[in-house]
Amino acid sequence: MARVVVDVMLKPEILDPQGKAVHGAFGRLGFDGVADVRQGKRFEITLDGEATEERVAEIRKAADTLLANSVIEDFTLHVETADVEAGQ
Amino acid sequence: MSTDTVTNAESTPDVEQPWAELGLKPDEYQRIRDILDRRPTSCELAMYSVMWSEHCSYKSSKVHLKRFGEIPQETPAGKMLAGIGENAGVIDIGEGYAVTFKVESHNHPSYVEPYQGAATGVGGIVRDIIAMGARPVAVMDPLRFGPLDAPDTKRVLPGIVSGIGGYGNSLGLPNIGGEVVFDPTYIGNPLVNALCVGVMRHEDLHLANATGVGNQMILYGAKTGGDGIGGVSILASETFAEGGPTKRPAVQVGDPFMEKLLIECTLELFAAKVVEGIQDLGGGGLSCATSELASAGDGGMRVSLDKVPLRDASLSPEEILMSESQERMMACVTPANVEEFLKICAKWDVQADVIGEVTDTGRLEIDWHGERVVDVLPETVAHEGPVYNRPFARPAWQDELQADGAEKLPRATTSAELRDTLLQLVGSPNLCDKSWITDQYDRYVLGNSVLAQPEDSGMIRVDETSGLGVAVSTDCNGRFAKLDPYTGAKLALAESFRNVATTGARPVAVSDCLNFGSPEDPDVMWQFTEAIRGLVDGCKELGIPVTGGNVSFYNQTGEVAILPTPVIGVLGVIDDVTRRTPIGFTGEMEGHQLYLLGETAEELSGSEWAHVVHGHLGGRPPAVDLAAEQQLADILINASRDGLIDAAHDVSDGGVAQTLVESALRGGVGARVWAPDNLDPFLFLFAESAGRAVVAVPRTEEVRFTDMCTARRFPHTKIGVITGDTLDVQDQFEIPLTELREVWTATLPAALA
Repeated sequence: MARVVVDVMLKPEILDPQGKAVHGAFGRLGFDGVADVRQGKRFEITLDGEATEERVAEIRKAADTLLANSVIEDFTLHVETADVEAGQ
Repeated sequence: MSTDTVTNAESTPDVEQPWAELGLKPDEYQRIRDILDRRPTSCELAMYSVMWSEHCSYKSSKVHLKRFGEIPQETPAGKMLAGIGENAGVIDIGEGYAVTFKVESHNHPSYVEPYQGAATGVGGIVRDIIAMGARPVAVMDPLRFGPLDAPDTKRVLPGIVSGIGGYGNSLGLPNIGGEVVFDPTYIGNPLVNALCVGVMRHEDLHLANATGVGNQMILYGAKTGGDGIGGVSILASETFAEGGPTKRPAVQVGDPFMEKLLIECTLELFAAKVVEGIQDLGGGGLSCATSELASAGDGGMRVSLDKVPLRDASLSPEEILMSESQERMMACVTPANVEEFLKICAKWDVQADVIGEVTDTGRLEIDWHGERVVDVLPETVAHEGPVYNRPFARPAWQDELQADGAEKLPRATTSAELRDTLLQLVGSPNLCDKSWITDQYDRYVLGNSVLAQPEDSGMIRVDETSGLGVAVSTDCNGRFAKLDPYTGAKLALAESFRNVATTGARPVAVSDCLNFGSPEDPDVMWQFTEAIRGLVDGCKELGIPVTGGNVSFYNQTGEVAILPTPVIGVLGVIDDVTRRTPIGFTGEMEGHQLYLLGETAEELSGSEWAHVVHGHLGGRPPAVDLAAEQQLADILINASRDGLIDAAHDVSDGGVAQTLVESALRGGVGARVWAPDNLDPFLFLFAESAGRAVVAVPRTEEVRFTDMCTARRFPHTKIGVITGDTLDVQDQFEIPLTELREVWTATLPAALA
C-alpha cells in the first residue's frame, strides 16, 4: 500500500491569521527568535494498491480541486511507500 | 530596482509607463501628465490609477448621484448629522443617540474567492462604521446568485455564506437580515452587498479629515502585505477577461479577530479624545486614505512610506500604496496625544506607527527612504478624477419587453391547480425557507436582536432602559427594475419602507447599493439614470434622505448585464421595541381577524408566479403609489403602538399566498381565508400589487382598527381568521402546515447540502 502526502500552504503573499496567532503565542510563552509562522494542512492519502503514475496524477488533480483552494493556496505532493514507513 | 523619484520623473519624461495595464485610458493618463506638468512617478501612477478607477472615483455615476443632494437633508426623526461623502451617513434618532448605517458591494472579489471576498466585505463596511465613531451593532447581507441548480452557484454560494458567517460571527456582530435571490443573470456575477449599523452618542461623531499643521498621521491595525494589489482598479473596474488566472491579484484575507481589536481600540481612542480625524483603509488602501484625509483637511500631508510596517519586506513603494490589506485605519493625532494614542493601541495589541504629519504646503508628499516619490495636490487624486457623462439611451428592446405582459399567460383556475401553483411557488428558490443560509449566521450575539430573519426587518434595541430601537430592511426586485428601472427603484424603496413600518418602526433614512452592468453600455447607463431618478423622486415624496451608499458597475459576464439591482436599505426608529410587530401567527392569536390592507390589482408582470411557472419576464411592474405607502406605514406604526395588531406581514414576492404561508409557518398556527367578493381567487393569492400588508387584529380591537382605517380612507378588507393547523382557502383548497413546511424547507438543503 502506498501513501500519497499532500501538503497545502497558503500562497506566500496571502495573509495567514492562524499563523499570525500562533506566532503571537510563541512570543507570549517565551519561545524567542521566531521570525514568522505560517500554518498549513497535511493530507495523508493511503491508496489501495501501488502508487502508479496514473493514480498519482489522479490524486494531484484531486489536490488541485478539492484539497487546496488554488486561488489562495499552493500544494506539494509526494509519494511515501510502505517500505519507507517501515524503515522509519 | 531603483526608485522612480519625482526628480527622476522630471528628467526622464519619455519613459513608457504601464498606464493601460493599470486600467487608465489614454486621455486619463494624459490628464495626469497635465496636472503634474511632467510624467507621474510610478508611485503617483499607482495612486491615480487606483483613485481614478470606477470603484473609487464614481466617474460614471458622479453626475447622477449629485441628484441625491436635491432631497431635503432632514429625516422624520430630526436632522442628518453627516451625509453623503463621509464614511457613512449619521442620523439623529433621539434620546441623544445617533445611528449610522451603510450598504456596500463586494461583488467581484466574492466571485474570485467567495469565502474571503464575502468576509472582507463585512470587514470593510464595519470599518466604515467605526470610522464615524460608532459601535457596530448589526450587519445584514443582501445576496444575489445565479440559478440554484447552476454548478457555479454551488461553488460561490456556500463559500460566500460561510465567509459572511465566519467573519461576522467571529467579530461578534449579529446578522439580522438581508435577502437571497436567484436569477440567471447573476450567474458568473453574484452580488454580495453588506450593510452595517452602528450606534453612538451625538458627541462621539467623528469626521474624516486631517487638519492642524504638525499633527501626526498614525497608521494602525494590521501590517501591510501584498493583499489585493491592484484589486480595486483591476477587479472592480474591468469585466473579467476570459480565462486569466495569470492576472489574478492576491486575494485579500480577512482576520476578524484583528478587526475586533480594531473596533475596541478605535472606540477607546475616541473615548480618550486623542483623535482629530480618522479613516478606514478600504479599496484604494493608503492611496485613498492619504489623499482623502489630506484633501478634506486644511493643509497638506507628508508621509514616509518606509515607516509603514510590512508583512512582506519585499513590497515596493507602489505596492504599499496600492495594497488592500484588511483591518487597517489611519488617524490624525496632535503631537501631545501621540503617546497616549500609542499606549491605547499597545493595550489592545494593535500595531501603530507614526508614518507622517500634516503640513502647510497643501500638497501630498510621500517619501521612500528619504527620496520623494509622490508630490501631488491631494484633491487631484481624491476628487478631481475624470467625470464621465456616459451616453445613455432607452434600450431598443424596452418597448417590446414592456408590451409582453404576464397578465396574458395561462393561469391556474381550478382549486387543484391553485393548490399546485401555491406549492410550486412556496418551494421555489426565491420563496423557499432560507434558514440553511441564515442559520450559519449568529443573529443573537450582543443580546439586543429584537427581530431577525425571516421577519420583515431586522430590529436592534439601542437603549436597554427606554427600549429605543432601530429597524432595518433591504429590498430590491431586480425583475421589476428591468421592466421599468424608474418604477422598479421606487418599488424597491417602497418595499423596504413598508418592511420597516410593518415591524412598527418609523422609516427615517435610506442607504443604497446600486448594482448595475457596464456603464459603457448606453442601455445599462439608462437603467442607472432611471433608477436614480426613481429613487430621488421616491425619497422626496416619502420625506426621507439618502444618507450614503455605493455604486457597483461592470456586473456582467460578456454581453449580458445583471438585472438592474438597486438594493435599497431603509432604517427606521421605534420608541419602544417591546411594541414591535412580528410576522408569525401564534397560538395566542387563535381567532384573530386577518385584514388585507391596500388594493389588489391585476398585476402579474415580473411576479414570482410569472418567473417560476412560466419562466417569463415582461410587461410593466406593479404601479407604485408612495402616498398610499406612507398612509399604510402610518396605520401599521400607529396600530403597533396602540396595540391594535398582534402580527403583520408585508405582501410582496409571491403575493398574499406567500405572506400567509410565511406567517403561518413562522408562528405555527394556520388560517382560514377567503378571496374578497370582487377579487378573482388567483389574483387574490398571487398578484404582487404594491402597498399591501396582512395584519392580525384581536377581536377586541377590531372596531378600533377598522375605524382607524376608515377614518384614513385606507382600503382594508377582512380576508380570514387565524385558526387551526392548515392554510384553508375557502371554496378552493386546504393544505396542512406540515405539508407546506416540508415543501418550503426542502429546497435549499436538497440543492446545497
